[in-house]
Amino acid sequence: MGADAAGSGAPIERPEGRYLHGVPDADLKVVGKPWRKIDARARVTGQTRFADDLFAPRMAYCKLLRSTQAHARIVRIDASAAEAMEGVYAVLLGKDLPITFGILPVSQDEHTLCIDKVRFVGDPVAAVAAVDEDTAWEACRKIVVEYEALPLVTDVFTAAATDPEAPHEHRIHDYGRLGNFHRQENLEFGDLAQGFGESDLVREDFFFFEGNTHLPMEEHATLATFDPDGKLCVQSSTQTPHYLHRALAKVLAEHVPAHKIRVIACPNGGGFGGKSDPFSHEIAVAMLSIRTGRPVKVTLTREEVFYTHRGRHPVLMRSRIGVSRSGRIKALDFETHLDGGAYGSYGTASTFYTGALQCVTYHVENYWFRGARYFTNKAPCGPKRGHGTPQPRFALEVQMDKLAVELGLDPVRIRKDNLVPANSLTANWMRVGTMALGRCIDQVVAGSGFLDRWQKLPHGKGVGLACSSYLSGAGLPIYWNAMPHSGVQLKLDRSGLVTVFCGSTDIGQGSNSILAYVVGEVLGLDPQDLRIVTSDTDLTPVDLGSYSSRVTLMTGNAALQAAERARDLIAPHVADKLGVPRNRIGFAKGRVFDVSDPDQGMPFADAVQLAESKLGTIGTTGSYRPPKSPARYKGGGVGPSANYSFTAAVVEVDVDPETGIYTVPRIFVAHDIGRSINPCLVMGQVEGSVYMGLGEAMMEEMSYRSDRFGVHKIPSMLDYKSPTTMEMPELITWLVGDPDPNGPFGAKEAGQGPLLPIMPAVANAVFDAVGVRVDEVPITPEKVFEGIERARKGKEPRVGPTKTPHVDWPEARKVRTPWQGGTGLEVEREQEELAAARANGGASRERRGD
Amino acid sequence: MLRLPKFSYHRPASGAEAVRIVAAHGGEARYVAGGTDLYPNMKRRVQRPGHVVALSRCQDLRGMRGEARSGVTIGAMTTLSAIEHDPRLRAEYPGFVHAASVVSTPLLRNMGTIGGNLLLDTRCNYYDQSHEWRESIDFCKKCDGSTCWVAPSSPRCWAVQSSDTVPLLCAIDASVTLLGADGERRVPLRALYRDDGIDFVQKRHEELLTALHLPATNGWRASYRKLRRRGSFDFPVLGVGACLSMDGDRVAELDVRIGGAGSWPIPAQKTVEMLRGAVLRFDDAASDELIRAAAQEAYKPTRAMDNTDLDAHWRKKMAPVFVARAIRDCLPGAPPRRDVLG
Ligand SMILES: Cc1cc2nc3c(=O)[nH]c(=O)nc-3n(C[C@H](O)[C@H](O)[C@H](O)COP(=O)(O)OP(=O)(O)OC[C@H]3O[C@@H](n4cnc5c(N)ncnc54)[C@H](O)[C@@H]3O)c2cc1C
Ligand code: SF4
Repeated sequence: MGADAAGSGAPIERPEGRYLHGVPDADLKVVGKPWRKIDARARVTGQTRFADDLFAPRMAYCKLLRSTQAHARIVRIDASAAEAMEGVYAVLLGKDLPITFGILPVSQDEHTLCIDKVRFVGDPVAAVAAVDEDTAWEACRKIVVEYEALPLVTDVFTAAATDPEAPHEHRIHDYGRLGNFHRQENLEFGDLAQGFGESDLVREDFFFFEGNTHLPMEEHATLATFDPDGKLCVQSSTQTPHYLHRALAKVLAEHVPAHKIRVIACPNGGGFGGKSDPFSHEIAVAMLSIRTGRPVKVTLTREEVFYTHRGRHPVLMRSRIGVSRSGRIKALDFETHLDGGAYGSYGTASTFYTGALQCVTYHVENYWFRGARYFTNKAPCGPKRGHGTPQPRFALEVQMDKLAVELGLDPVRIRKDNLVPANSLTANWMRVGTMALGRCIDQVVAGSGFLDRWQKLPHGKGVGLACSSYLSGAGLPIYWNAMPHSGVQLKLDRSGLVTVFCGSTDIGQGSNSILAYVVGEVLGLDPQDLRIVTSDTDLTPVDLGSYSSRVTLMTGNAALQAAERARDLIAPHVADKLGVPRNRIGFAKGRVFDVSDPDQGMPFADAVQLAESKLGTIGTTGSYRPPKSPARYKGGGVGPSANYSFTAAVVEVDVDPETGIYTVPRIFVAHDIGRSINPCLVMGQVEGSVYMGLGEAMMEEMSYRSDRFGVHKIPSMLDYKSPTTMEMPELITWLVGDPDPNGPFGAKEAGQGPLLPIMPAVANAVFDAVGVRVDEVPITPEKVFEGIERARKGKEPRVGPTKTPHVDWPEARKVRTPWQGGTGLEVEREQEELAAARANGGASRERRGD
Repeated sequence: MLRLPKFSYHRPASGAEAVRIVAAHGGEARYVAGGTDLYPNMKRRVQRPGHVVALSRCQDLRGMRGEARSGVTIGAMTTLSAIEHDPRLRAEYPGFVHAASVVSTPLLRNMGTIGGNLLLDTRCNYYDQSHEWRESIDFCKKCDGSTCWVAPSSPRCWAVQSSDTVPLLCAIDASVTLLGADGERRVPLRALYRDDGIDFVQKRHEELLTALHLPATNGWRASYRKLRRRGSFDFPVLGVGACLSMDGDRVAELDVRIGGAGSWPIPAQKTVEMLRGAVLRFDDAASDELIRAAAQEAYKPTRAMDNTDLDAHWRKKMAPVFVARAIRDCLPGAPPRRDVLG
């Protein structure tokens, strides 16, 4: 016990104690059962208070004035007419908040309000606080902004062609690489020349994945209150209160210190990654509240949500793959070009993610990844469900399908033959632990009768198979630090109430419930009886946020540690009282008792009182940090995870060859979840992912009028097409897999991975149905029709890109693969390390992040 | 959320009173029925009436009269849902009911009226945008600006006729009653619409549409084929209404109107001429070939432009397909329509 009993100690990197992954299902009372979400009733009866539901006395309303120009210098702003309006309390301009911010330390490139230039239509330029929304809106119309147009860049080819010698204003930002390149990455694992040399077949294909947005039902809203005691409270629809706290502290440094800023994340009405950056509107209302001494609220319109964006990057890809006659992957040379939009956002991470997970599903012997991100005058892209991995996954899975056809193999065989073995390292040093992709494939193939139908259905009908993998939480935090990624505190009350404090944010996925299930399981309590307090930077220990599918795994492990510690505090005192050995004490059904004679025991509340009388106030903490990654090269910080989920899907399509219009009657999906903490919530995540993936496959796209002012073509929920219930197919879902040692109770992620196989499976099914390759997402009826027409005219029945922009890549960082005897470091640094070790007479290994 | 601008709200108890109010305020006033078209337009500041005259209390604009043998009259305030679920209309005017039932979503059909649907504003994705968005393109000819961004060198506006019922109702030759300051008149729908995105209805501003008149069902069959992205929500980006009466195996009369691809329901004149008097049978290869060839003539008059969802060239190519399908639907023996797409 000792230090542990006091509830402190180092963060764990994998679960420990009584509830290891190996605990049999039968021994679990809560975990693995379809419990109701603890906040379900409030949600479905409309009583959950979202950010826009908040009202405060004397509250002012904020509206932002946004740029009408896609790329322009601000010559003059005159807000005097707006300031003079009756009912206007304050007008904020860019110069009032000169400190920059941004989610990543490497791209602090945003101002709350633009100061000297605007970078896309929708860039915030001024903020008004007024007595009501109408007055604030009218006041915005009275602010005069004079612009001087700058050259417009709306695609990666134009961005790549920006003359590095051209005048400064041709660049959207004055940082990053030359011209309008934000990032250029070049990583080489193994010996590509040898890999391609050994290949019997080499294919080169080009793919394009159009950008799309999150489309959460709830528009972003924030209420900021600066109180007379100089404390600021910001309640917001954010997925990342901790990062928002950091951004506020940075930008408002002159006005309020970090410890006087409190951020509360409200329940999110959907996020999907779209609420994980700190945003201008959040900082603007905070400053307006400081200015006016009133609570100030802002609620974005749907159109503004489109501008706030941070959604899926449009990615143009080239993939050259070399395989043996039997389909084994010898070499993969993969190039991505990300159209980043106007700001950095998570873009650096997104760039690496387009190369990170290719090798996690199929064994790739030699791997070369090059990725470039460009600045363009469009709404900034960022993380959307699957963050940077759906695009390359689409390319790879379609390419696998093409390889299978070309080699006369079937799509099942080629995938199964290439599967990454469990407990292995990939060419790029990702550590794969448990891996049930083979079982996922078997399940959907058997369940859908794939092999009896593939290439055998009548013209117009088709089936397609695809697979994917995703990480259960990023291995590194967004800013470099050695602290835990997730912390949990428990407070045990004399009434028997256990309160769980955690910084995590429930965005509808059920993360609050997960805390209740984990603690309820360990302490033998009904999860509905616990009090869960989350996402409040004043009250709860830090959790990094709801992104990268990290929450269940990380908060679950932290909660597990805290709960085990609480158990360890209580059990000895009950044992003493009952006069039995300590190891015979059990916790179940709200009681603490002798497991050999369960009638001997006491209610949980009595046990808490007993312990409190001996120890004083009872509280514990738990914290979690992901295990160190063997990927130690620069750029290796993106991709490692405690474990990986796997998914396989079969999609059926029904194509009308006369029009190209198609429907999707059924989808079969199997997901390797490790062990479900709540299978019902996992199913919900899997099915929601399939739905979202189907939208990306069939129709969703952020389209701009590049030729006309660079405006977003359709910033509304009517015109940005996303599937309705009418498009949702019949869905058959299986959860498979074995408990993973790194997940709480063996759990893996569920929220993102199952989205990934849908787009390529649709593309593969369309090919099976009508012989047309649409190497582009979305796969619209126009494109299918074009392919059919091309076939009719004797042309290659393919629709998709044929080239990528020219890039002068920086020299490759070469890393030897594990099977080449590498160390996870760049060859160059391996030698440095060796030399240093020789000099020191011993090796010192430092983990490095990017 | 976008907010409505301020306006005065009137709730007259009869059609005649409503007409008086609008006549008194001129261009400053507008009728509102279900508001599903007007209010979004007001939020986007493309329509800015200072006076909104609600028709919800006008009992004289409600109800249905008549019978199939002599024709049915439907009050302008009848909702699309009421039409969709009316057993008699379903039995006797299935083509019309189908067209009404593919308008948007059940929620919008509960609010939206047939009168509003017939007078729905034309649409264009340079125009159906917020004030701020339109400011970014310096507005357009239909509202607050001077250029048409769809066809900058053209003198007119190409906003799109987007009502689902209009092409079909024109094809079956339905008519409406308009009540003006100086009395009522009855106008065939075929004469009500004009090929202009701005000035698309031939009626005086204060004229109130009081009723829709469906013709007697004496043997004709009608069908509506709608092209849209999704099975719900979406406006037609091509909507073909066809009406056919046969004399034995021979086409006696045919009318085909193409909606969603021009500023008015475009008559498919050539197609109709080619098929007049032709021998057509359902599920017959020769007939299908004849129909396909005639439908091909619908390609040219279809004015699909780049101002709606889906690619304009593809939409234009789809017109012959949809025209052929709509005509085939009307052949004796064709199964009743149930699908929501295509
Ligand atoms: C998301 C969305 C999707 C839609 N999808 C479709 C679709 O797929 N197909 C489709 O056809 N429509 C669609 N609509 C448009 C609209 O909902 C319907 O056309 C509806 O029938 C309009 O009727 P309303 O009563 O709501 O009209 P209102 O908005 O009340 O009126 C429309 C116009 O007609 C005038 N008006 C109304 N009644 C009269 C009258 N009796 N006499 C004179 N003038 C009158 C009004 O002044 C106004 O200009 C959609 C609308 C939305 C918001
Ligand atoms: S067609 Fe031209 S004028 Fe008419 S609404 Fe569209 S852009 Fe404006």
